[in-house]
Amino acid sequence: MDFFLQLLVNGVCVGLLYGISAMGFVMIFKSSSVLNFAHGELLALGAFFFLALITWAKLPILVAFILTLIGCFMLGFLIERFFLRPLIGEKLIFVIMLTVGLAAMFKGLILLIWGGNLYTYPSFLNESMALNMGAIYIAPVYTATLIISMIFLIIFGLFFKKSAQGIYMRSVADNQKAALSLGVHVRRVFALSWAIAALVASMSGIVLGIMNGVNVHDLSSIGLKVFPVVILGGLDSIGGAIVGGIIIGLLETFTGGYLSPSLRDVVPYIVLVFILLIKPYGLFGLVEIERV
Amino acid sequence: MKKFSLHPCGNYRESYAQELSIFETNFGRICLCLFLLILFFVAPFIVSPYTLYILNIIGIAAIAAVGLNILIGYTGQISLGHGAFFGVGAYAAAILATRLDVSFLIAIPAAGIITAGVGMIFGLPSGRLKGLYLTIATLAGQFIIEYVLIQWEGLTKGTMGITLPVPKIMQWNISGDKAFFFLIFISLVLMTWFAVNIMRSKFGRAFIAIRDNDRAAEGMGIPIFKYKLLSFGISSFYAGFAGALWAYYMVSITTEPFNLGLSVEFIAMVIIGGMGNIPGAIFGATFITLLNELLRYLTVFLMNIDFIISWGLNIAPLKEFVFGLAIVLFILFEPRGLAELWRIIRSSFRLWPFSY
Repeated sequence: MDFFLQLLVNGVCVGLLYGISAMGFVMIFKSSSVLNFAHGELLALGAFFFLALITWAKLPILVAFILTLIGCFMLGFLIERFFLRPLIGEKLIFVIMLTVGLAAMFKGLILLIWGGNLYTYPSFLNESMALNMGAIYIAPVYTATLIISMIFLIIFGLFFKKSAQGIYMRSVADNQKAALSLGVHVRRVFALSWAIAALVASMSGIVLGIMNGVNVHDLSSIGLKVFPVVILGGLDSIGGAIVGGIIIGLLETFTGGYLSPSLRDVVPYIVLVFILLIKPYGLFGLVEIERV
Repeated sequence: MKKFSLHPCGNYRESYAQELSIFETNFGRICLCLFLLILFFVAPFIVSPYTLYILNIIGIAAIAAVGLNILIGYTGQISLGHGAFFGVGAYAAAILATRLDVSFLIAIPAAGIITAGVGMIFGLPSGRLKGLYLTIATLAGQFIIEYVLIQWEGLTKGTMGITLPVPKIMQWNISGDKAFFFLIFISLVLMTWFAVNIMRSKFGRAFIAIRDNDRAAEGMGIPIFKYKLLSFGISSFYAGFAGALWAYYMVSITTEPFNLGLSVEFIAMVIIGGMGNIPGAIFGATFITLLNELLRYLTVFLMNIDFIISWGLNIAPLKEFVFGLAIVLFILFEPRGLAELWRIIRSSFRLWPFSY
């Protein structure tokens, strides 16, 4: 029973991480319908910026964190401006392959600068943040993750519900042409959504880095694991991303715990195929209606 | 109006049959014949073994790229699983050859057919899904096949790999680069011929109709699910065939090369070559293979420079960076690929030397 509970808690924690990693991905898809294969590399870039700022530049944690967020915000802006904007209205495969190419470029760049080694951040989380409930132990990182993801969910919820930019973004996601004709600056919305997505990605990259150490290969493989998560939750639902993340996290830890550790990494994709066959638009996704 | 120019000066077509003709001018036909003659009767006897090896790798990649172009360029279904299908072909050939002692003349096509079956299974989601959802489904297929190849140790020997016997026709052993050159390039020519001609048939027209608008195609009475599956089947057959050739050429295979990176490389070949263009796929395969070789050479060269060693820089990832950059630049500046560049070059010659 304890084993079960521990797996359950671990699964939820891992799942939350997947969920917040997927949030940035969903944000890009929601506003510009771009499937971002470079998401894992964006996570890694954020994690490595942070690493560079706290170990090489020796900045205080909070300053480094804020600088990383600003840097990634601008990076997202530039990516949209120089790479994605020329492709508005182009075929799906070009957009997909462009992000694949970007992924290869970023990965190559990170490997050139930092190499494929595993780095760790100096520990700065207080052990008092750990939760002990009977036999179950929740590491401080997980508690921090939980708090950070809750804060971000609330901020983004409010951003999309209340702020003008958030409402523009939703309107563009809903119907691009209608938004354009009502005076929404669609290109600015695209740029902003990439910038915000890169910011969220860098934040999740940092959290992942605190937990598992910073390694390009691990982080970019998480970028691929985002796909089952978002398909399960629905490609355009931010809340769905969190729920999908938790389900995939639980699935992984339980398969790893009870069946076999090697099956652990494939199980999300097997589930993914079945979801796609049964409910292609996910649990919370919008069904696309298409007219000829 | 079949003239002896590199490119016709205008549109001289008068019937549908002319519209369907493969060569626009007799000049093109003669050039192709000359090229094939040089390729088969001169090239293998004068080039160095290393060049021959590169040519063979290009040939194998080109077969897979031509197949993938049928799926992506003509049918409009994106598959991120072709690296895995290539692996299925390689393993099918290896298992047939080692376990069942099947002759390679049967094993290679049989591997293609097995892969076509696997490809059609992973093409099943195309019945309900399209666009990016289908792309994600094939991505899942890639990971599932990779897992099966590694974990089904009873059949694939897992990470140990399989060593293949030397292929034989009667008493003649096919080994060494030169013998394989003929095997690979005869296959490539036949497969390209088949691909070009299937696109001029009812099937090709159905594929193109599905690519352009699948709902409209269905409305016009094309059973789209059947044709999508068929397209998956044909392109997986090409991938499996290429994989089987690769397995025989490399003699021993492991699961390692058949990862997502290989799938991406195949798609890059199709895009850089030019989508919906069969010769384009061959250009793309040539470009990517040469780029890989060049970058490998460059990496080795740079690693021996003292200055860079003293800096402690690791140059190996440069390869990945340049590969990504090539994809990005082609998509941004010439989305129709090398085939389009080739067309521009040809048409700039059409009134030569008096082009005004």
